[in-house]
Amino acid sequence: MNILVCIKQVPGSGNVEVDPVTGTLKRSGVKSKMNPFDLYALEAALSLCEKEGGTVETLTMGPPQAKEIIIESVCMGAKRGFVLSDRAFAGADVLATAHTLSQGVKKCGTYDLIFCGKQTTDGDTAQVGAEMAEFLELPGVANVLSFDEVKSGSVTLKASLDGEVVRMTVKTPCVISMDRDVNMPRLPSYRVKKGITDDAVTFFSLQEMNDTDANHYGLLGSATQVERIFPPKHDKERRVVEGSAAEQTEAIFDLIRRKKLI
Amino acid sequence: MYNKVTEAERDALIKIAGAENVLTGGAINPDYAHDELGGVENMPEVLVRPGSTEEIAAVMKLAYERAIPVTVRGSGTGLVGGAVPVKGGILLETKRLNKILELDRETLTVTVQPGVLLMELAAFAEENDLMYPPDPGEKSATIGGNISTNAGGMRAVKYGVTRDYVRGLTVVTPTGEILRLGGKVAKNSSGYSLKDLVIGSEGTLCVICEAILKLIPLPKVSLSLLVPFPDRKSAIEAVPKIFGSGVTPTAIEYMSRDTILFSEDYLGKKFPDTKSDAYILLTFDGSTQAQVESDMRLVADLCLDIGATDVFMLDTDERKKSVWSARGAFLEAIKASTTQMDECDVVVPVNRVDDFIKFTHVLAEEQNIRIPSFGHAGDGNLHVYICRDGLDEATWKKKLGACFDRMYETAEEMGGLVSGEHGIGYAKRDYMKKQYGSVPVELMQGIKKVFDPKEILNPGKICY
Repeated sequence: MNILVCIKQVPGSGNVEVDPVTGTLKRSGVKSKMNPFDLYALEAALSLCEKEGGTVETLTMGPPQAKEIIIESVCMGAKRGFVLSDRAFAGADVLATAHTLSQGVKKCGTYDLIFCGKQTTDGDTAQVGAEMAEFLELPGVANVLSFDEVKSGSVTLKASLDGEVVRMTVKTPCVISMDRDVNMPRLPSYRVKKGITDDAVTFFSLQEMNDTDANHYGLLGSATQVERIFPPKHDKERRVVEGSAAEQTEAIFDLIRRKKLI
Repeated sequence: MYNKVTEAERDALIKIAGAENVLTGGAINPDYAHDELGGVENMPEVLVRPGSTEEIAAVMKLAYERAIPVTVRGSGTGLVGGAVPVKGGILLETKRLNKILELDRETLTVTVQPGVLLMELAAFAEENDLMYPPDPGEKSATIGGNISTNAGGMRAVKYGVTRDYVRGLTVVTPTGEILRLGGKVAKNSSGYSLKDLVIGSEGTLCVICEAILKLIPLPKVSLSLLVPFPDRKSAIEAVPKIFGSGVTPTAIEYMSRDTILFSEDYLGKKFPDTKSDAYILLTFDGSTQAQVESDMRLVADLCLDIGATDVFMLDTDERKKSVWSARGAFLEAIKASTTQMDECDVVVPVNRVDDFIKFTHVLAEEQNIRIPSFGHAGDGNLHVYICRDGLDEATWKKKLGACFDRMYETAEEMGGLVSGEHGIGYAKRDYMKKQYGSVPVELMQGIKKVFDPKEILNPGKICY
């Protein structure tokens, strides 16, 4: 079983500032990391291959330094990875991103399963997995929780449908978006990192894609244009509940009921 | 020897602290009869919550005059019965005194009231780009309590313990005098250090009313490594070798797979790796990424050379949390795994940690009782838990006594001491007396007598 996991480099902290003039995220000087949601997908893929045999490879789109997360994925157990990097890919919305990644998938190799995380911590759209499936003309399943059975040509899995769990058998190859918190991602190994060679990471540019029309990528290929990015307003309300344990319990219960949290 | 609290004293206390801050009888929550140790319990006759140093002084004057015992209590998170009013009398709770009074950037000190919680101080320092280095596990403990037990914590390896960060104290003596000990000064050779006598005295010498604490610039970068070893011995033996490398990690914790599995069960959350029997968890901090990474690489390479099966990098907040939250839950997890437990907080020289843990395993087998442990491998302070499980009261008491006797004896043979960071309080008095012998204990009793001629402050504790 060969699996490709799509991953993304995101800002290392949730407190990224927005440039008030350009409306873009101030990424310079901010440490970056692998999108935490992708770690669940990578862990699911690695566990599946440990059980069923096969290899895991990873794919990302981004500037040259996105190589760091490919190396990180190798430290976690992936065999190697690919970076789709080209100025023409910059400024992509979900549509252009999904197109670029699906072009990349075709370039990287032949896979039984293509994994994505549920969403990213910087874009938060949760649409790329589904759109990739569309571009690749493959079945796509979102919010996948676990795998029950893997056979040649199909996989039986459980996916979450907002309060319901659906068990289904899907033809492979297919695109899987893993739900969050479905496993505990393994840690990257320093021992592996020391032994990594240059051939662990391969770069692809626009010219190496099947579709070389720059109008389908990046800002030009995006169906949506971001008008403005601004930091969210933080509302912090603090209330101290006093009284006996019973009174406090009653007051807190009343409060969360009024806020419609229960 | 002591007088009971009568209506007259109660009225006098109300005059001092206000009626809403003086509770008696059924109005006192039964939790005030004990701390986190359990088993040692006694209700106070009156609970007082003073709101100022002057009110504390007035309470002490009254108590001294009428020979009424006074026990000071912060959050009640102690583990040796230190804040239990074993002789009844007045329980003086410091939680109303919870203000951070001053941040002095020029002397890098913060002045706090004793009821400020450790987590509040830590957050305050961080907001100001500073750090209060002592890091005991119980973040809801008060600073007053931390000073009273000279609390340690995980960062002791690099930064030392609470005592190292107390520059000055405002205290009230048992006779009701207000004293200022130390100050914002960085050095002090001016006579006996009364401040240092009060630190770690577990509320037996004075009531701490204010503290001037030293802060340091907040390290900008912090990285952790989780290092699996094939067995306990190789894991723990790595620690002195790490010190020998010239790099001082911020913390070095030993974790066994058994304890990690307890924690997984308790938190309902998987630990990222449970393939090995033994792990050490290391943290490095510093001001630049390059420096911290170079320290980390040096230690990581050393660990691989001396038998570590791998070195895992905890380089993001999520990864740090996945490991540290399990480490933070060890005590609660062990507690949840049994019906009752008691803890031995011995400290041994860092090169004897493995010998001591090995001894606890032999002891567990010998006594047919469960003795899980974890600890600060980097400073030799172990937390060893004797678990009651299904034992009846008589067998439990007998086995517990036997285990404690043997453990303290063995620790002493190894050059260790009774308590690394929890204190002696009520529960560990006999073990301390046994180890120290008569002269040191008589010196302690003499000091106590000078501070507190009527022995009204926290009677029944330490050297009583």
